[in-house]
Amino acid sequence: MIIGLEIHAELSTRSKIFCSCSTAFGGEPNSRCCPVCLGLPGALPLLNETAVEYGILAGLALNCTISVESKFDRKNYFYPDLPKAYQISQYDQPLCRDGWVEFELEQELLHAGVTRVHLEEEAGKSIHSGDNILGSDYSSIDYNRAGIPLIEIVTEPDLRSPAQAKAFLEQLKRTLQYIDVSDCKMEEGSLRCDANISLRPQGGRAFGTKVEIKNLNSFRAVERALDHEVQRQRNVLETGAAVVQDTRAWNEAKGVTVSMRSKEESHDYRYFPEPDLPPLAVNQVWVEELRQSLPEMPLPKRNRIMEQYGLGRYASDFLANSAIWADFFECAAKQYGNYKVLCNWLMGDVSRVLNARQEELPQSRLTPAALVELLRLVDDEIISGSQAKDVLEEVCATGRSSKQVTADLGMEQISDEDELTAMVEEVLAAHPEQAQRCREGEERLVGYFVGQVMKLSRGQANPKRVNALLRQKLQQ
Amino acid sequence: MKLHTLEAWSLRDLIRDGSVTSTDIVESFLDQIRARDAEIGAYITVCGEQALEAAKHSDERRREGRTLSDWDGIPAAIKDNISVKGVANTCGSHMLAQYHAPYDAHVVSLLKQAGMPILGKTNMDEFAMGSSTEFSALKTTRNPWDRQKVPGGSSGGSAAAVASHQAPWALGSDTGGSVREPAAFCGLVGIKPTYGRVSRRGLVAFASSLDQIGMLTHSVRDGAALLQLLAGHDELDSTSVRREVPSYESVLGAGASGLRVGLLGGASQQGLQPEIHEALEQAACFLADQGAEIQEHAFPLLDKAIETYYLVATAEASSNLARYDGVRYGLRVEGSDTGEMFRRTRSEGFGPEVKRRIMLGTYALSAGYYEAYYRKAQQVRTMIRDGFLELFEKVDVLLGPTTAASAFGFGEKPDPLQMYLTDIYTVPANLAGLPAIHVPVGLDHGGLPIGLQITASPFAETNALRSAAVLETFARNRGWNR
Repeated sequence: MIIGLEIHAELSTRSKIFCSCSTAFGGEPNSRCCPVCLGLPGALPLLNETAVEYGILAGLALNCTISVESKFDRKNYFYPDLPKAYQISQYDQPLCRDGWVEFELEQELLHAGVTRVHLEEEAGKSIHSGDNILGSDYSSIDYNRAGIPLIEIVTEPDLRSPAQAKAFLEQLKRTLQYIDVSDCKMEEGSLRCDANISLRPQGGRAFGTKVEIKNLNSFRAVERALDHEVQRQRNVLETGAAVVQDTRAWNEAKGVTVSMRSKEESHDYRYFPEPDLPPLAVNQVWVEELRQSLPEMPLPKRNRIMEQYGLGRYASDFLANSAIWADFFECAAKQYGNYKVLCNWLMGDVSRVLNARQEELPQSRLTPAALVELLRLVDDEIISGSQAKDVLEEVCATGRSSKQVTADLGMEQISDEDELTAMVEEVLAAHPEQAQRCREGEERLVGYFVGQVMKLSRGQANPKRVNALLRQKLQQ
Repeated sequence: MKLHTLEAWSLRDLIRDGSVTSTDIVESFLDQIRARDAEIGAYITVCGEQALEAAKHSDERRREGRTLSDWDGIPAAIKDNISVKGVANTCGSHMLAQYHAPYDAHVVSLLKQAGMPILGKTNMDEFAMGSSTEFSALKTTRNPWDRQKVPGGSSGGSAAAVASHQAPWALGSDTGGSVREPAAFCGLVGIKPTYGRVSRRGLVAFASSLDQIGMLTHSVRDGAALLQLLAGHDELDSTSVRREVPSYESVLGAGASGLRVGLLGGASQQGLQPEIHEALEQAACFLADQGAEIQEHAFPLLDKAIETYYLVATAEASSNLARYDGVRYGLRVEGSDTGEMFRRTRSEGFGPEVKRRIMLGTYALSAGYYEAYYRKAQQVRTMIRDGFLELFEKVDVLLGPTTAASAFGFGEKPDPLQMYLTDIYTVPANLAGLPAIHVPVGLDHGGLPIGLQITASPFAETNALRSAAVLETFARNRGWNR
């Protein structure tokens, strides 16, 4: 089984690739457009330098060679959402080439080649009045998306299973997010994937007939569609027939791939050099500066975290999955030495609270210092573990410090000996019969009295101290 | 005084010494348009009210001593493929007959910033594809010198407007000779600047690597002045060049002394109308008399210029014109699905010459033909450009014909190939990106203007203008009087 992927990622530049319109997601339809991105007569493109920078950063993060000179080409085809009826892309001189990605699947280290990374422009978006294009009376087109910069990443046919394809994509997404060039939201379409797949007999060398699958809108879809396609091709081959070279669409609802067009119907894009843009000369000093500016990449970071903090693979994977979480952890770890506890909090309650609040870590009010303060309150027995969860929710909701929240909610544990003694005496006096049975050895009633004290103190009594005082009193 | 008969420089002098106002001038041209244009057909859109409004503002500025430029208040006409905000921009096509440009072309912004009123938009071959303006889908433009003759093209409306004194000067566009050939047919000076010297932003693209905005004027000094206004870097046009603009006016009196002038012999000169051939020889003698050094050179590769040009131009055009699909603006002819809508819109919206070129260009770019046609054409183009650069090591300018003959009659060139061949002397400058100027030098036996072409190396407009000014003297000596 031979799989290669083509990935499109929208770059998170503020303005579009050839004009100054905003790239923000959504917005009133056709409100973020100008003569350039609408392809009006006479409009000319001007290359956004930040898009080039992001493209180079992506290429460097994927271990590519950055071309000293590349150029733009026109890819010609008619489609209503393509304003100029050609897409400005890069054909035979891509910005980056010959890279590779390392990724893991079930603890095995794998390697896939990256053929090329090139820059191009996004098309608009068709919105059909019915469920699909054929069942629609009319379609509307929103050109807000037209002209958003894209990188297309093409892999070598190095992947050998649907699971590998999915793991590769996850690593790719992580990498692009690490260098902050794309938000990679498959649900918003800012990361998209097409897959090429062919089968060949075990041990064979020649590649079989290739089929392209489009419309893969999630990692799960990539894996499912490839699983389905492998099975379909196997069935075809087992009947002695040949696989037909075609382009197929994944139908998520039905779980099948459907033929879109055969080889004979494939487009002739009539690529030729874009005359409106001069060749793109890339300054190699700039490339070196960008190379130096690259952050630590996901796998090295994961390995370092395992080693440096003595965390397990699962926990380290969790942290290194996002540079933001890893940074948060490492920042907190400078002030708090129990790394396992810290990491467990991040994986457990912090994740849970943020999910419930539908927040991402950078937008959250929780700071590493606030979390450390919270953990110290628990360690110092000022609050209990379960109280700490409430405090965390409040900190995330209000941004106040953990100490302040604890005080405001009146959560500090009462550890004062006299105060606790008074409460213990009060409950013993209130339940003389049970006290007597307890003195006679009915051990489980100690718990009952602890509960009574906790109730009396509205949960604030330090349960350990209460327990000790009770035993002391009952022995008197 | 008939203001509309004056060249722009004279109008400038009059307005400056206070003897006339911009309103007087604009009214004079609008009167002339009302009087003549029914017969000539130069304009597709006349912007009378806006022009008068702009003239009024110009007069106010002048009274208050805050004029915007030397040319404040002097009007101009614009070819209908150069965008003027809020004004129809038809490109001479049914496809864009109802399209109004929502923004100003860079050159139009520059004219407006200089305080110049815009008289209107002029007729042209559809999408600038043609050499006679006969391919305009919207109207017929006649040659003011002889109404049975074509004005040339594709900037035929601009040429006819200036030649019939319906505008003091006009902007055109030159992809393969579309400024110089109509200038030749209408007895005007026509300038095609170096590729990249004037911004193309807002000029509706025909062939992006060849298109250049140019000027049609009564005199070389008018042409130099208009070029001075429009030349310069536009940061929003990536093909516009960041390079200092020299003073063009100051070279006009430099004469021919020491100028190295090249003449190209060879087969291509053999079909010349005898009067043009004679004028060429006399002009060379005149230049030599004025102290120029005349050299003869051969450039056999130029025999391939027409084929090369028509491959590159049509290939780019097939892509540039693909956007007219009925989806966003312009003509839409409905169909049962988008594919049918595209086909019907483009079948009905484009005329025969545009369709012919789109098909040629699509073919040249198609898989399996690209190498043989488009790639090969680009290689020849590079060789032609290199050949010129080598030649311009030895000479400062080249002197030659602009057209093989004076204006032809309507319907006289029904064969497309015959029409294409009228561009034989003009396309080399576009292929190589060179500046070239047509200068009228006299009339032929039929009373039609004839003239000659000066070509210079990239960005050496100064050499071309300097030589053109000498040719102008030559023409005056021969009795040429516009």
